[in-house]
Amino acid sequence: MINHIDLSSVLRRTVCDLYTDLVTRPTGAAVRDGIEKQLAELGDHTLTVIDFSYVGLLDYSCADEIVAKLLMRSAAAVADDLPLREAYFLFRGISESHLDAIETVLDRHGLAIVAQSTEGSTMLVGTVGDRERRAWEAMCRLGRSVPADLARETGIEVEQVGEVLDTLCRRRLVMRLEEGYMVVGGMA
Amino acid sequence: MTTVLNVPPSLDDKTFETVLEQLAPVPQDAKVLLDARHTRWASPYGLTALLTLAQTRAERPALYVPESDDTSSYWSRTGFFRFAEEAFELHGAVPRARPSTESEVLLEITPVAKSEDVHDVVGRIQQKSQAILVKELNIDAKATMGFAMTLSEACQNIVEHAGRGGWVAVQTYRWQKRLGRRVVVIAVCDAGVGFRESLETAQGRSRGDRWDDGMALEEAVIRGVSRFRDPGRGQGLAGVRRYIGRWDGKLSVRSGTARIAIVPSWDDDVPLEEKLPYFPGAQMQITIPERIADR
Repeated sequence: MINHIDLSSVLRRTVCDLYTDLVTRPTGAAVRDGIEKQLAELGDHTLTVIDFSYVGLLDYSCADEIVAKLLMRSAAAVADDLPLREAYFLFRGISESHLDAIETVLDRHGLAIVAQSTEGSTMLVGTVGDRERRAWEAMCRLGRSVPADLARETGIEVEQVGEVLDTLCRRRLVMRLEEGYMVVGGMA
Repeated sequence: MTTVLNVPPSLDDKTFETVLEQLAPVPQDAKVLLDARHTRWASPYGLTALLTLAQTRAERPALYVPESDDTSSYWSRTGFFRFAEEAFELHGAVPRARPSTESEVLLEITPVAKSEDVHDVVGRIQQKSQAILVKELNIDAKATMGFAMTLSEACQNIVEHAGRGGWVAVQTYRWQKRLGRRVVVIAVCDAGVGFRESLETAQGRSRGDRWDDGMALEEAVIRGVSRFRDPGRGQGLAGVRRYIGRWDGKLSVRSGTARIAIVPSWDDDVPLEEKLPYFPGAQMQITIPERIADR
């Protein structure tokens, strides 16, 4: 099941119903807390669209609190076997100015996300190794893939493809399915 | 006894130092009178720094307002007297407060103490800045969001680190003498703990042989160091630096006895000035010049 979280609604609900801008750390922390509460109700194995479409301004502090911390806390939850342990995120409605703040904080922490354009195409944003990026982009073209497809498409040695896929899965950029793998957003 | 401090005819970030030089030998609890009768012009930095100076005094200082009607009327339109009435004992003719309708006052002097104030500032600036930056300063429309982000991060410095409220103001004006172009200027001033003391509160911080206001400014402004251990902190000033770099702007930050500047090619300021008269808190100025079409 795909969940949808409209950040402007979370902002109005958790901070102030007059605000449209995601600025300041306390605001970012309150919005992230609102998102996490929603996610906690959904249980394990979730794909959530985080929608920036109706957000005005996003500053670095808020981008750090909402995007970077959400990813890091989700990864920590995996390690500690807490809720959110199979949480995948797809970021939608990101404008050029949002992207500036988001890329900055992702680079700072060595993180990456999958962003979806209004036309539906997906892209990786943030810090991703060259092999991982090639494999991810190949999976976007191929759809559901198995390691042999990826080795053929990317030229990465078959023995290394498993390692690349593990990295992409651990970073929640790719989902492991019963048969094969798919990029986050591949069916959203 | 009251000590009279002369406010220079043109009050900006540089000439405000002459006020601080006069203030340096005066005991903190002594009464001071700022004489601005002959002041003809003031930048947003000059006006917010005057309010900040009042915050630092144990006894409420006095202020002679400018004699020139044009000047005092302009100060009124920037919102200065709204706060000066409380901060100072005012002497001279104070013009009646009127809301600013002029385009050069992008943001009237506004107090900043908490997160909500930053939301208010960012909300108010966006509409007006879009028109001014694009039409008058020839800055790309895409830059207006970055401008609001820069303003947000600059104001958050007060909320997160100062420990007390400060002031922000944004204006545009023609900087004839230095640049011959229009500029938009953000001034953010507070009389809080300042960069050095803020960084000293960082847990597990080891200090080398040299540790002073200049080094604290280098760490925070150049290297993005913050008092928080969270590695996500310190990105605000880095973002401000990137923005001014992209638009050929200038950033200067004064704290304690030092002042650091990111200096563009059109300016001849020094990157680091030390041994200045002590002034508490942090005072930041961001200047973005009008863009000239490529020839």
